Parts: sequence; C-alpha cells; structure tokens
Amino acid sequence: MDFEDTAEEARFRTEVRRWLEENAKDTKAGGDDMAERADTEFLARSRAWQTRKAKAGYARITWPKEVGGYGGTPIQQVIFSQEEGKANVGGLGGPFAIGLGMCIPTLMAYGSKDSIGRYVKPALHGEEIWCQLFSEPAGGSDVAGLRTRAEKSGDTWTVNGQKIWTTGAQISDYGILLTRTDPNVPKHKGLTMFYLSMKSPGVEVRPIKQASGASGFNEVFFTDVKIPDSQRLGEVGQGWQVALTTLMHERLAVGGGQGGGLDVKELMGLARTLELEDGPALKNAGVRERLADWYVRSAGLKYTTYRTMTALSRGQQPGPEASIAKIVVAPKLQDISAFAMELEGEAGALKGEDGVAHGAFQMGWMSAPGLRIAGGTDEILRNIIAERVLGLPQDVRVDKDVAFNKLPSGR
Amino acid sequence: MNFDFSDDQKMLRDQAHKFLAEKCTSKIVRGVLQGAEGHDKGLWKAIAEMGWLGTAIPENYGGLGLGYLELCVIAEELGRVLAPVPFSSTVYLFAEALLVAGSEEQKARLLPKVAAGEIVGTFARAEGVGAVTPKSIRASFKGGKLSGKKIAVVDGADADYAAVLARASDEPGERGLVLALVDLKGSGVSRRAQDSIDPSRKHAELTFDNANAEALGKPGDGWQLASRVLDRAAILLAFEQVGGADTCLAMAKEYAISRYAFGRPIGSYQAIKHKLADMYVNTELARSNAYFGAWALSTNARELPLAAAAARVSATQAFDYAAKESTQTHGGIGYTWEMDCHLYYKRSRELGLVIGSQRSWKEKLVTELELSNAA
Repeated sequence: MDFEDTAEEARFRTEVRRWLEENAKDTKAGGDDMAERADTEFLARSRAWQTRKAKAGYARITWPKEVGGYGGTPIQQVIFSQEEGKANVGGLGGPFAIGLGMCIPTLMAYGSKDSIGRYVKPALHGEEIWCQLFSEPAGGSDVAGLRTRAEKSGDTWTVNGQKIWTTGAQISDYGILLTRTDPNVPKHKGLTMFYLSMKSPGVEVRPIKQASGASGFNEVFFTDVKIPDSQRLGEVGQGWQVALTTLMHERLAVGGGQGGGLDVKELMGLARTLELEDGPALKNAGVRERLADWYVRSAGLKYTTYRTMTALSRGQQPGPEASIAKIVVAPKLQDISAFAMELEGEAGALKGEDGVAHGAFQMGWMSAPGLRIAGGTDEILRNIIAERVLGLPQDVRVDKDVAFNKLPSGR
Repeated sequence: MNFDFSDDQKMLRDQAHKFLAEKCTSKIVRGVLQGAEGHDKGLWKAIAEMGWLGTAIPENYGGLGLGYLELCVIAEELGRVLAPVPFSSTVYLFAEALLVAGSEEQKARLLPKVAAGEIVGTFARAEGVGAVTPKSIRASFKGGKLSGKKIAVVDGADADYAAVLARASDEPGERGLVLALVDLKGSGVSRRAQDSIDPSRKHAELTFDNANAEALGKPGDGWQLASRVLDRAAILLAFEQVGGADTCLAMAKEYAISRYAFGRPIGSYQAIKHKLADMYVNTELARSNAYFGAWALSTNARELPLAAAAARVSATQAFDYAAKESTQTHGGIGYTWEMDCHLYYKRSRELGLVIGSQRSWKEKLVTELELSNAA
C-alpha cells in the first residue's frame, strides 16, 4: 500500500507537468462557477485553452489518436486532470465537459462517418460547444417520461416541445435531443435521438434564474423546428438505448469535486475566529463533535477516491464505490454551511461584502439544494445504489406496459 | 496510486474467510453467548494453529512477521463472523502494549507465548463510570506491587496477563501514570465476571491487592504509551467493525429480496432501498478510512493518531447504523432470539465502547486536527 505513481504514471505526470509549465503559465485561472461560464471573456479563455490542449493531443486523454485523442488510459486522464487542477486551469474545461464527455461519444457511437468527420474535431478544439437536451418539465428523474414530439414528414422531422435544466444551452452551437416519436407505445419504446444546430429556426433558449440568483441552466423551447432524418442517432424508437450510452459516459467520469471548497478545514477556520457563549467556538464540545462527524465523511470520500484511482491504475473498472461521491458531498455542503451560519449568529444572515469571508458559507448554503438535485437527486442516486450495486428489485413500474398517451399525468 | 491490499493479502483474506465460514458459525457464537465459557476454546486453538496470533509479531519473537496489513485483513474476517475469541484483547491490545512499551526481555519472554496461543492477554483502563482520563486512574503501582480495581475488562476472566494503566506517583495529570504488566494468575488478583450487553465477549472486574507487577515502559509515560496502543488497536478494531457492518448489510439485503409484503419484495420499496443504500455508503466510507489507518499502521506514519481516530469514529458509526437498521429491516422476526440480528446489534455496541466511546475519539480526532492543521 502506498500513494506513489507507477513508473509509467510518473513518466506521464512529468510529461504533463512540463507541458503545463510551458503552456499554462500565461493562462488565467478559471473557476467552476456555473454563472461565470456564460461570461464571454471566460469563454474566450476557455476556448483558447481547449485549442491549445487539442493541438498537443491532451484534449481527450482516453480517446484514440485517430480522432484527436491521446490514446491513453483512464488513470492518465485522472493524472492529467489533477495536474491541470494544480496549474489552476482545470475549470477552463467546463464549457466543453458535457459535449466531449457525453454528446460527442454518443455521436461517435451512432453517427454517420460524415457527421463524425464534421463535428468531432471542432468540439475537441473548443470551436463548437454542445449541450444535452434530455430533461423536461414532465421528465426529470423520470427522463423517459419526456413529451417533446418529433413527427416525420418525408425526410424531415418537425419538433415541438420544451426542454429544461439544459446546462450551457445559451452558449451551445449544437445539442443532442431526445424526443418522443411514438406516443402509442410504452414510454421507453417511443423515443428517438437526434442532433441539431442550436441556431435552427424555432429554437429559443431562456436562462432560468435559480434560487441562488445565478443562471447556469436554461429552458429550451422548440416550435416547429425542422431536423433532417440524416441527423437521427440510432433507429427510430431506439432513443432510450442511445440515451443510456450517453449516460454511461457520464458515469465513467471520476468525481473529484468536494463541494465548492467548503469543508471541515474552512469550518475550523471560521470556528477559530469566533466566540460563543462559553468561549472560543473551536473549544465548544458541540462544535467539535460536528467537526469530527464531517471530517470522517470527507476523509472517507477522499480515500474512496484513492481506491477508485487504484483500480484505474491497475487497469480495472472502478467498483461501485465510485458512485457514492455526490450523495456524500452535497448534503455535507448544505449541513456545514448551515452550521457555519449558526456559529456566525445573527450576522449569519448577511452575505456578500457584508458577510463573513465574503459570504462564502452563505453561497455554499444557497447552492447546496441545487447540488442535491442536479445530475440525479439524492433519492435517485440511492435507488441506483440499491438496484445496481446491491441488486435490490426495481420498484413496481405502473407505466411499464402502458402506451405513453394513456398514462396519467399530474403536474 | 496503490491504495489497496496486495494479491497475497487478498488471498490471505479469502483463506481466512473460508476458514471462519466453516469454523465460526452462528452456533459457535451463540455457544459463548449463552454459556459460561469466556470464549470458544476449539476455535481459539484452530486460530492459533493457523498462526494468525503472530501475524504482526516479528519472527525473532516467534511470530510470522508478516505485518499489519495482513493482520487487518484477518481482523475484517473475524469481525464478519463475530468470532467469540480473545483475539482483539490478546493481539491488538496486549501484544501491541508489549511491542510499543515492553523491554527486550519482556518481549522475548511473552510474545512467543502470544504467537503460539499459549497465553491470553488483555488491557485494563476504566475504573468507573464516565470517560477514562488521567485523573480517573486511581489504581496504584508502587514498589512492584499493584493495588486497585478495573472494570469492564474484556476477556478479564480468561486472561493470563494484563497491561494495566495505573498511577505510579502523585504527580498530577499524565505524568503520574504507568503502564503495568501483571500476571493475573499470581496472588493478590481476584476476578469477578460482569454482566454485559454482549456476552459473546465476556467482561470482568479485576481487583488487585498488592499483586506482583512490573512496569511496561517508563513510569510517567503510561498515558502516552497507552494512547499509542489504543491508536493501533482502534485501526484493527475498525476492520472488525467494517466486517460486521458488511454482514449486517448482506443479511438485510437477502431478507429484503426474499421477504414479500403487500404483494411484492420489501426491497422494492424506496424506504428500504434508501436505508440499505445509506448502510452501503457508510460502510464504504468506513472501509476507506480503515484502509488509510492500515497504511498509517503499517508504515508507522506521522498521521497514525489522526488516521486511527477517523477509522475508529467512522467504523463505529457504520457498524452501529448497519446493525440497528438491519434489525429494523427484518421487522418483528429481527427482534427474535432465533435470528442473528441481535448478535450483531450487541457486538456493534460492544466494539463501539471498548477502548473508549465514539464521543471521546471524536474529541481526540479534533485535537489531532488542531495539531496537524490537516483538515
């Protein structure tokens, strides 16, 4: 047991470090802030950085060299991301994460040779941004319950409906779109996948103002949008299988984020500066007990990530332990932030420049509800662990064998 | 990154798993739980014959000299089946006390006997209700004689030797304490079995009246030495706790799949799924913390005290949650004597209290964080 790289990993890390020292030194750091992603200055920096990486072959470590990747292993991808993070340029990949992580792999699996030739390279070089148009007002956790209709006439499909929670739609050039093409069959069987230009007539993107006040997600409306049949991915009615490919690529990503940088260390830092009724906050038994509780979860997750990396390093698929990160991180962020605000007392209500540490905990608390929902709610993630890891039976599906248009619908 | 056990260590774990699945059935655990014997003698002998007692004891003291990672994988398997033997008292506590504090002569005299399964050892701290603090230690060790009383000593009735935390002088706080080595078969030692929440691990009160004893390490260092021993034991016990939590989850899972209510398996209801998913998450976090502890123990790392406290708290929480919610998942049948749920429920609490409760380890954890600024 040790935390060292293998000789081959060490060689790759040195190579990456050297390249980053040369190439990242004049690049300004970029954050993970969703709101910032829409900022044009940030976007220009991100594109420039992506182009530089792509030219050097580092834009997609695990993709084959033929399509512009590095032809590397998953552990090399982890090492590259770690070093990018240390060089403070990790956040610059944000605008391209969904496109390169999910959309383009789906296109490569189901698209024509021509479309692969046309779209992969510009996406890799940061010239074109992609978004994923799956979720709908009526299909959130239950994605297959989506209602956006695509109807065929000749060689052209006409799309009407609405998508929601679409990350980056406002900056995207293209999107992959899951639609209902047959409402007369059970819900999973009547879906079809397409890709389209976000500049197509009839596509309207409206940013959603979130509870935090920021806008990272969008609603996307489709009004008589025309898509040629040549932009279909997979067979008609096979959209769910295609979507599963997309979502599987999402799951391969190794989660490294720890929740906005607010953790036990930051809470201890705050407790060091505050006085409570009985003296320094850091000496208060109640505070200390909570610190220990959160520390063991943070440390447990950190070392779980090490176990995942070890599996990757040995050329194995990561085990199910990789699936627990978000369930741990998001509620912990919410709890730590709320507790910090309680320690701050009445001043805990203040944020921004009036708040303690620029209102960092207030911001964390405000973003936590979104984190607990986005990309799979706490509840859906628990279902996934129970069903796919532990092998518990699926819940009874009352909609399984019923035609989609015969299903009851509530809100 | 190589944060996992080696293939050889995994093979040892598999061997231990198979061996214990056969030799340490629920019937064996229940035999000790319901009987007067302090432990299962047949299982203890078989374990000694496997050489496990000397796993981490150096070869020059009669051990196998394999190391702590090997001992960790064995601990996990012992915890999985609730082995009713004095393994933790003898190996994680008594042998570690000798290794940490003993003189060359003491180690050479006793460690080979531990490794061969010839003696049972234990560790005695508490004297009354409440946290064990330097102030709470009144047992006195002076001029080679030990007097005083220790309570809730696990395997106290069966042990041949004990390492005992005692007071060597009137110096205040830690500085007055000593770790004393006592032959429990000598004169001046009396024992009384104590009733406990988990009779598959027997507890006893030990009374010393001018009993012959010798210092383990320097008088004045007792508290620090005991602390180091407990850190090491905490990591090994964490593996037992993770093993126990694993079994609880497996039992709950099997029951949730096969038990039907309202026309379908109860495991198809989200109320049950989410409970089991939480058990899984807690247990994986605890396992990862225990792994870090194993690394710290095997390399004698600077991070060992923090790693020990984190493993202890995390594993105690995981086993506690898994044992109580596994029982809950089983419903009424889970509360019967016939089912094994209560064996794990009892053991989870027993392991959570031996060497000090979660509350005191949390305090220690935060103290370590303050020292290391590692948080």
